Amino acid sequence: MNKKTKMVEVPSHAIIPERDLDKSPILEISHLGIDFGGLTAVDDFSITVGRTEICGLIGPNGAGKTTVFNLLTNVYTPTRGAIILDGKSTAGKSTAQVNRMGIARTFQNIRLFSNMSVIDNVKVGMHNSIKEGFVSSIFHGMGYFKAEKAAAERALELLDFFGMTDVANDEAGSLPYGAQRRLEIVRALATNPGIILLDEPAAGMNPSETAELMENIRRIRDTFQIAVMLIEHDMNLVMGVCEGICVLNYGKIIAKGTPEEIKANPTVIEAYLGKRKEA
Amino acid sequence: MEFLSYLISGISLGSVYAIIALGYTMVYGIAKMLNFAHGDVIMVGGYMSFCAMMYLGVNKWLSILIAMAVCTLLGILIEAFAYRPLRRATSLAVLITAIGVSYLLQNSALLIWSSNPKVFPSVVSGTLNAGGLSVSYVSLFTVAACIVIMVALSLFISKTKIGKAMRACSEDKDAARLMGINVNFTISVTFAIGSALAAIAGVLLCSSYPTLTPTTGAMPGIKAFTAAVFGGIGSIPGAFLGGILLGIIESFAKAYISTQLSNSIVFAVLIVVLLVRPAGLLGKKITEKV
Repeated sequence: MNKKTKMVEVPSHAIIPERDLDKSPILEISHLGIDFGGLTAVDDFSITVGRTEICGLIGPNGAGKTTVFNLLTNVYTPTRGAIILDGKSTAGKSTAQVNRMGIARTFQNIRLFSNMSVIDNVKVGMHNSIKEGFVSSIFHGMGYFKAEKAAAERALELLDFFGMTDVANDEAGSLPYGAQRRLEIVRALATNPGIILLDEPAAGMNPSETAELMENIRRIRDTFQIAVMLIEHDMNLVMGVCEGICVLNYGKIIAKGTPEEIKANPTVIEAYLGKRKEA
Repeated sequence: MEFLSYLISGISLGSVYAIIALGYTMVYGIAKMLNFAHGDVIMVGGYMSFCAMMYLGVNKWLSILIAMAVCTLLGILIEAFAYRPLRRATSLAVLITAIGVSYLLQNSALLIWSSNPKVFPSVVSGTLNAGGLSVSYVSLFTVAACIVIMVALSLFISKTKIGKAMRACSEDKDAARLMGINVNFTISVTFAIGSALAAIAGVLLCSSYPTLTPTTGAMPGIKAFTAAVFGGIGSIPGAFLGGILLGIIESFAKAYISTQLSNSIVFAVLIVVLLVRPAGLLGKKITEKV
């Protein structure tokens, strides 16, 4: 007798950068949706993100962008749809497990462990890659010292990437705003992700800081060979650094494409500026 | 001389309070809840050590290890079955559950061991006589144990990865989860450590005050909680300082004012301190951003 094959839906007609074609995509999201009571916050959200793609998620305030991030990290449980991260479904996984599968994020409003030192914040990010046994760490055995030393070296390396080694022992909460934003990115990178989600990384930054941030986002992609997905209102940054852009309005995707395509898209212009009055 | 001996017995009593207060303060710092059953874990620790010595005939040091193992397991079970299901409930619901667990432990002990007090054999016997001053070895041992525990715990929390995970969870559980930290496991570890310390405190307490009954842990539990609040709840040095000060105040109150009034004096001091410093001696001032 013919065995029944379970058929699953896969995202179709997705766009990714040409250079990522020979690698499987890091993130495939199909028909993702969530309802809060009767309110549908996100609906029919389907995108595919290439292995080393820098992808932007834009849209007016309240469009559901941060909700998408919360769905991707299983902070919220999706009502519908599927998320395939690095070839594996994230359904039923805890937030911590999803992080270990390869997703890391930063927050719209900074959420560092502000009473801990800068380097300890990074080490918390490395939690799952530090291999010191429970017993060994209690009795400070050889394994403990070896693991701690390796962790400290790796943490300093990551901090050096953003030129932050000289503040490694300062309290995270005492850093200036821009440095706190950078530290949040370092902490997320420390979890060794395949994709990093940045929630409004340029919020509160001046134009020169934003330019530096753009450079850093490209360096993260090039150095770590990972994908970046960012939510941002600063259009200079989005158009300057993103390769693929997805526009969200009222929880639904209204446009997908390259920066040029998005800039010329009448639906996007309407969502941001409203309909032109007919004379 | 009298003054000095009261001071030493105060510090010794305070050391027990400090060890118990560590359990309250760690759990509060990380799970943001008051585990009122903590005092009764001390009693369980006392009985376990007692039973291991009397019925199993084991050596007193081994009996402490057995008590610690049982209490560690008990702490993990209490957390898993009584508190974890209420993780997203109101703090009031958790508080009432904790009081319920406290009565459950007391009454279970009453069923198993009856209300007849057991005479606990001190783990350290003898008295040190030096220049007219006599101090029992158990007092000195208690103080030494407290200092060792404090130092070890501080190192554990600041230097190990589990310690870092504990601090991260105490600051922001959601952000910790997003860094791949298993928050439930971290909270379990916290309960395990707190309960193991409670077992040590139970043995030390019963060694100084050798009557063991099902309610033995209740009063020291409440006083250690007072000590934790007094020092600044959530702060480990605060628990130490609060415990020691409370022990000294109690000892002096008993010696110079009145034995009957000593408990009232202890709690009166707490009220005064909280009026002046609402966050406790070493507690962090919480300034609301406007």
